[in-house]
Amino acid sequence: MSNYIKLIALGLVTLFAAIGTNYARDLAYQVHAILVMLIAGGLFIWTLRNTDEPDILVDRSGEYMDGVIRYGVIATAFWGVVGFLAGTFIAFQLAFPVLNFEWAEGYLNFGRLRPLHTSAVIFAFGGNALIATSFYVVQRTSAARLWGGNLAWFVFWGYQLFIVLAATGYVLGGTQSKEYAEPEWYVDLWLTIVWVAYLAVFLGTIVKRKEPHIYVANWFYLSFIVTVAMLHLVNNMTLPVSIWGSKSVIVWSGVQDAMIQWWYGHNAVGFFLTAGFLGMMYYFIPKQAERPVFSYKLSIIHFWALIFLYIWAGPHHLHYTALPDWASTLGMVFSVVLWMPSWGGMINGLMTLSGAWDKLRTDPIIRMMVISVGFYGMSTFEGPMMSIRAVNSLSHYTDWTIGHVHSGALGWNGMITFGALYFLVPVLWKRERLYSLQMVSWHFWLATIGIVLYAASMWVTGIMEGLMWREVDANGFLVNSFADTVAAKFPMYVVRALGGVLYVAGAVIMCYNLWMTVRRAPAKEASLTVAVPAE
Amino acid sequence: MEEYTILRQFADSWMLLVLFAFFIGVVIWVFRPGATKEYKDTANIPFRHQDKPATSEEARK
Repeated sequence: MSNYIKLIALGLVTLFAAIGTNYARDLAYQVHAILVMLIAGGLFIWTLRNTDEPDILVDRSGEYMDGVIRYGVIATAFWGVVGFLAGTFIAFQLAFPVLNFEWAEGYLNFGRLRPLHTSAVIFAFGGNALIATSFYVVQRTSAARLWGGNLAWFVFWGYQLFIVLAATGYVLGGTQSKEYAEPEWYVDLWLTIVWVAYLAVFLGTIVKRKEPHIYVANWFYLSFIVTVAMLHLVNNMTLPVSIWGSKSVIVWSGVQDAMIQWWYGHNAVGFFLTAGFLGMMYYFIPKQAERPVFSYKLSIIHFWALIFLYIWAGPHHLHYTALPDWASTLGMVFSVVLWMPSWGGMINGLMTLSGAWDKLRTDPIIRMMVISVGFYGMSTFEGPMMSIRAVNSLSHYTDWTIGHVHSGALGWNGMITFGALYFLVPVLWKRERLYSLQMVSWHFWLATIGIVLYAASMWVTGIMEGLMWREVDANGFLVNSFADTVAAKFPMYVVRALGGVLYVAGAVIMCYNLWMTVRRAPAKEASLTVAVPAE
Repeated sequence: MEEYTILRQFADSWMLLVLFAFFIGVVIWVFRPGATKEYKDTANIPFRHQDKPATSEEARK
C-alpha cells in the first residue's frame, strides 16, 4: 500500500520537475529541475518494479543498523578529499590569479568556488561525519537499533542530494549570498525535510533506549541537531520571486538581517562544528583510550555552559557596524566567557588519557585525537581574543580570521573526524585492525605540518595586512593602497597553499589506508569487542 | 510601552534570572550526594553493548 503512495508522490515530483525544466528562469534552477526529474523518475521506476513483490520480513531488531553508517563513512572520506582539493585549488587561485581561467569565468573563478569549498568541508565532510558517527554512537550508547527503519537511509541519501544541489547551485550562480547559508529556497526546504527526519531517527532511538541514562555524547549530538534546525529556519526566511526560479528575497532587512546572519553563522560554528564534534570527542576518545571520560560531572557542566553561552556570541562578527554598541558588547562578553567551558571540555578530553599517556607513543590514532583536542583548545582561546573589539579592529577582514577558522576546522574538526574514521572502519567492516598504522603516522604528520604552515602564514599575513591598512603618514594620509597589501601577501599565500597540499596528501593516504583495511586486513572472527589494538 | 522596550526589559531581568538560576541549578544537581557513584556507571556506557542491542531482559531500568 505504501508503495502506491510513494509512486503517486514520485510521479508528481517528476512531473513538476519536468515542467520546471521547461519554465526555468535561470540556469541553476534548470539544472536542478533536470536532476530532480531524473532522480525522482528513476526512483519511480525502481519502486514500480518492486511493487507487489512478496515481502520478505527479516527480524533485525537483534543487531545494530550499520549499513547506513558504512555509507556515511565512505561519503565522509570522499567529500573530505573533494573539499580539501577545492580549498587547495582556491588557495592557489589567490596566490596565482591566472588560475581563474578565462574560459571558466563565471563558473570556476574564486568567487564561485569559495562557497563550494566551505560548504563541501563543513556540510559535506563535517555533516556526513556527524550523521554517521551520531548514528553509530546513539545506537551503542542506547543499546538499541536505530528507530524508523529505512528513514535513516532517507536521511543519508537526502543529505547527499542536498550537497549536490548546493554545490552545483554555487557554480551555476544559484546563491542567496549568506555566508555558510548560500543554498537557495528550494534547497533549504529540502534540507528542512531531511533534517526533521534526522531528528526523528535520533530522538526515536533515544526514546527506545535500553540504558536508563542518556550518555553525554548524545546530549551534544541532540543539541546540535535541534539548534541547527532552529538556525536554518530563521536565517532562511525567504520569499521566492517565482516558483520556477532560484532567486528569493529575505524577509529581514538591514542590520536585523546582518545580526540574524551572524547569529546563524556563529552558531553554525558553535553547534555544527563544536557541539556535534564534542559528541564525537566524548565517545571516541574514551573508546580509543579504553577508559571512561575523565570527569562525567565536568562533561555535564561543560554541556550546559556551552549551549547557554554560545548562542549569544554572534554579534562579535559585527563590531564597528550599524549594530548597536550594547549588542556587540554583549557578543564580545559572551565570547570571552565562552573560553571557560571550552577549556573545561578540552581538559576533560585530554585528561581522559591520564594514566594512559604511553598510548600517545604507541597509538597514532589516539595521537590524532589528542592533537585535535589541542587545536580545539588553541582556537577556542584565539576566538575569544579576536572577539574583543580592540583586537577585532586589527584582525577583522584580514587573513587572520581565515587562519583562525582553519586551525579550528583542519585541526579540531578534521583531526577528530580522521580519528573517528580510523576507529570506525575496522569495527564496521569487521576487520581485526587497520591495514597500516605507519600510514596513520604519515597522515598525522602531514596534516599537522600542513596546519602549522597554514595557521602560521595566515597569522603573519593577517597581522601584516591589518597593520598596513591602518598605517598613516605624518599628514594623516593612508600609506598603503589595497594592491600594496595584496602584493605583500604573495609569499604567505604560497606557503598557505603548500600547507593545503600537505593536508590533502594526508587525507589521500587515509583513504588508501581505509580502502586497504576493508580489502586486505584480516577479517575478525566471532568477537568484535576489542577496538583497534595498539602495536 | 512599545514591544521592543517590553521585550528588552523582560530579557534583562526575569529571563536572565531564570537562565542563570537554571544553570546554577544544574551545577548543584551535578554535585548532589550519590552522584559520583551514578556517574561512574554512566561514564562506562560506551563499554557495554558494542556488538548488538540489549535484549529486553538485559535492559537496565
